[in-house]
Amino acid sequence: MDLVLGDVDATEVEREAVDAVLGTPTSRWEGALADGNGHAAAEGHLARGGHRAREQRHLLLPVLHSVQERVGWISPGALRYICQRLTIPPAEAHGVASFYALFSLEPQPPVVAHVCTDVSCLAGGASKLCGELRERLGEPGSQGADAPAGWMESPCLGMCERPPVALVATSGESPHEQAIAAAGIDQIERALAGEEPADDARPPVHQPPEDLRLLRRVGQVDPESIDSYRAHGGYGALRAALDLGPDGVLREVIDSKLLGRGGAAFPTGRKWEAVARTARRPHYLVCNADESEPGTFKDRVLLEHDPFSVVEAMTIAALATGCERGYLYMRGEYPLAWDRMVGAITQARDRGLLGERILGSELSFDIELRRGAGAYICGEETALFNSIEGYRGEPRNKPPFPAQSGLFGRPTVVNNVETLVNVLDIVTEGGPAYAAVGTEASTGTRLFCLSGRVERPGLYEVPFGTRLRDLLELAGGVVDGGELRAVLLGGAAGRFHTPDELDVELSFEATRAAGATMGSGVVVVLDQSSDLVGVLRRIAAFFRDESCGQCVPCRVGTVRQEEALARLANGSPRGSVEAERELLNEIAQGMRDSSICGLGQTAADAIGSALEKLAVFPNGGGR
Amino acid sequence: MSRALTAAPPRTVELKLNGETVKAREGMTILQVAQREGIEIPTLCWERTLTPVNACRICVVEVEGSRVLAPACNRKVEDGMEVQTHSERVRHSRKMVLEFLASSVDLTTTPNVERWMKEYDAQPERYGPPAPPHAEGERDRLRAGHHEIPDGSQAATVSQPTKVDNELYVRDYSKCILCYKCVEACGTDAQNTFAIAVAGRGFDARISTEFAAPLPDSACVYCGNCIQVCPTGALMFKSEHDHREAGTWDESAQHVTTTICSYCGVGCNLELHVQDNEIVKVTSPLDHPITHGNLCVKGRFGFQYVQNRGERGSGRGGRRAGNGSTPALGEQPPAAGDD
Ligand SMILES: Cc1cc2nc3c(=O)[nH]c(=O)nc-3n(C[C@H](O)[C@H](O)[C@H](O)COP(=O)(O)O)c2cc1C
Ligand code: SF4
Ligand code: SF4
Ligand code: SF4
Ligand code: FES
Ligand code: FES
Repeated sequence: MDLVLGDVDATEVEREAVDAVLGTPTSRWEGALADGNGHAAAEGHLARGGHRAREQRHLLLPVLHSVQERVGWISPGALRYICQRLTIPPAEAHGVASFYALFSLEPQPPVVAHVCTDVSCLAGGASKLCGELRERLGEPGSQGADAPAGWMESPCLGMCERPPVALVATSGESPHEQAIAAAGIDQIERALAGEEPADDARPPVHQPPEDLRLLRRVGQVDPESIDSYRAHGGYGALRAALDLGPDGVLREVIDSKLLGRGGAAFPTGRKWEAVARTARRPHYLVCNADESEPGTFKDRVLLEHDPFSVVEAMTIAALATGCERGYLYMRGEYPLAWDRMVGAITQARDRGLLGERILGSELSFDIELRRGAGAYICGEETALFNSIEGYRGEPRNKPPFPAQSGLFGRPTVVNNVETLVNVLDIVTEGGPAYAAVGTEASTGTRLFCLSGRVERPGLYEVPFGTRLRDLLELAGGVVDGGELRAVLLGGAAGRFHTPDELDVELSFEATRAAGATMGSGVVVVLDQSSDLVGVLRRIAAFFRDESCGQCVPCRVGTVRQEEALARLANGSPRGSVEAERELLNEIAQGMRDSSICGLGQTAADAIGSALEKLAVFPNGGGR
Repeated sequence: MSRALTAAPPRTVELKLNGETVKAREGMTILQVAQREGIEIPTLCWERTLTPVNACRICVVEVEGSRVLAPACNRKVEDGMEVQTHSERVRHSRKMVLEFLASSVDLTTTPNVERWMKEYDAQPERYGPPAPPHAEGERDRLRAGHHEIPDGSQAATVSQPTKVDNELYVRDYSKCILCYKCVEACGTDAQNTFAIAVAGRGFDARISTEFAAPLPDSACVYCGNCIQVCPTGALMFKSEHDHREAGTWDESAQHVTTTICSYCGVGCNLELHVQDNEIVKVTSPLDHPITHGNLCVKGRFGFQYVQNRGERGSGRGGRRAGNGSTPALGEQPPAAGDD
């Protein structure tokens, strides 16, 4: 490859932002300046550039983040310098940068508020807030680069229990992100003006600790102190695991019948075993904390309020599967969770609980944190690998499966945050004891994210087999004793349930039999006051925005679905309402059958279930 | 391809194809077996010389026991597999893919599509009248994760002005189905130049140079290997484009002369497409053992000297001239004298 770079140079500030991640360049090949200005070996064309630089491609996303934060956008000059440092063709780097919603390829205001307009926030006042923002600041995204501040609409920001939600991103010398939950116009305006509002970081957990397993330390433990974590029983599980040894841990996890909580409900023990038994090394562990399914915030609560449990659980998984390195890939919009995980990993390293020979054992393991940049699809495991590796977050073909060829083409275990945290109890109390909780096929407890028109929104932990009705009761039922219209179970990729369907048992087997899914544990409650049509259109818009664009059925199908829904909502169907419904069904069937990945395959499920069951367009379209 | 490198001789597997028991070599794809059996499975993004991306999904087939349909172009046959290539489900998915593409992309120069549309009863009109074309550069600037909420009265398309920024070939992305072939040909599958990549996301994804820079400012070396594999005519010799614009493109009046490139000693096969005694484009056979369809700029575009017969003022000068910033290889060798 001949690296052909344009002739625009990076500014001094842009170079600094890149060097902050990659270190200062050591040769002209890598882009060191001719004047030598403190740079060693700036002369000549050292042969060490290319290959070593290319091996750093996985640093592309961190570097892009650094430039975005420092400068507020990725300019052609900055991209050029990045490409020079990493030996990446500019067209490819541009393809990667333009894949992510959080990167701007045009100048934009230094402070930008991303305002959630997704399902739970829609049911919680987002439309009013956006109306006010329109009045004061103009249309979203319309503020020029010279404006002091701007705003944009955003998909779910993962704080759905306190709507409406905004994330204010400030670029510059001291860049920072500020999540504002239960955001009012005044708060946002103050944040846009540079004020940092006091963060209400109380965990949204309302059950007493004695009713909780996964969440029992949440709100009890100091998430910034490893000593506090240990005082609450932390690292007992790792000791137990080291006593059991890799095979012993594997056996307990298999016996526990633990199923993945990331959506696909795959048996964790089988996944681990496949990697553990693979001779090819190294093995990688990936903790999937991309959590971008609208209505989901469970992993955030664990990461923010019990971060050491995630570190400990990953360490045990690494022991069982023979991984020396783990990656935790977190969505880009979780500033507090990020800080807490950085703190937890640092403290664990300082105490010898990450690194070489952990607790004096044979086990060596460390964790690298990676930050997403606004792409739901990067939660799909193979898209996630591509994203870490510095490529566009497009799902790969399966087979091969991650256990054979995953991150960097190596055998890889990938698990959801919640899945992993379950392992602590499994190791401590043993697989069979763990399996005694829940139902025959769905063992243990499950986290449910309740939001929307419910009395006490928040995160709830119940044993599998609990009925949906009882879960709603636990959260106090419909807000103000209102009348239930529908429950969206499983998120945008889930399905709507009617008030008559509340007896469904929340287990993998029962929801599957009912043609439903628990997905990532989303329960969005809508009452008679909710704008159901608005919610459906938001879901359609979400998939249209988040499709990676790789395959035709999803890339175009999501567009056609949104258009047909718009016609129904406007009361102007082509042909008849029946014809539009039939068209939507046909689109859905095509997407379900022939899309590459789960995004396209489920993109019509929620909308289809609503049209089928909820009398959305009673009088031939319109609202 | 990689087959040849493995030590053990390939096993034979037995599968059912549309109910008939057939034998196949392990490692073959469903598509290969179907082709051998004379069953037509449409393809768009597959090409024998390129790594399968299975993105278009027009080749999907039903594999017994599988929840979703499988792309025939990349799914390997297995012992005991039962495959339906034309079941109701399959036909429906193909119909949808065709409708989705035909309602959003200009397929007028994509071979076979018209026939397939009839065969699968595709009715792209039912998505409504097409939206007006995008302004120049508009699609190049679309930001991931954001779009204008539609009212549904028009069907969104990728329609936009043709990019004419050099004298050798044009890029009409109104015709692009995003099959990734050009990207593969420009990248690791052939050219290793990486001048183009997919940018943006979802329906706004597009083939692009960095920041949509014009080709002369990009890494492009004008090998034309992307044109060779483009299945839709989105990438087109400028000579063909100009003829089509003028309404003078006439394939029935063309003949193809096969020859060997005279520039260097590699021995690349060239197919000169000639209309009215004028070379209008150059291809190379995809199954040619040396080129696999790939050429360099000299073989692909350096043909003008062949037809410099000293006849000045033939009216073709404008099309041949370089504009200074782009290669005008058509003029050499020998030194051009007709401008
Ligand atoms: C579009 C899409 C988005 C996904 N997002 C997530 C996610 O945010 N977090 C997650 O854990 N799994 C997500 N998954 C599921 C992962 O692909 C994978 O199955 C999961 O991480 C495996 O972990 P588990 O076995 O512990 O559930 C997603 C899948 C799809 C198709
Ligand atoms: S289904 Fe959608 S998200 Fe998945 S690969 Fe296809 S286009 Fe991408
Ligand atoms: S002509 Fe060659 S170098 Fe230029 S974009 Fe096409 S394949 Fe790449
Ligand atoms: S330009 Fe042609 S080859 Fe490239 S993606 Fe589009 S249709 Fe395919
Ligand atoms: S934060 Fe708004 S819907 Fe989740
Ligand atoms: S030809 Fe198989 S997916 Fe395109």
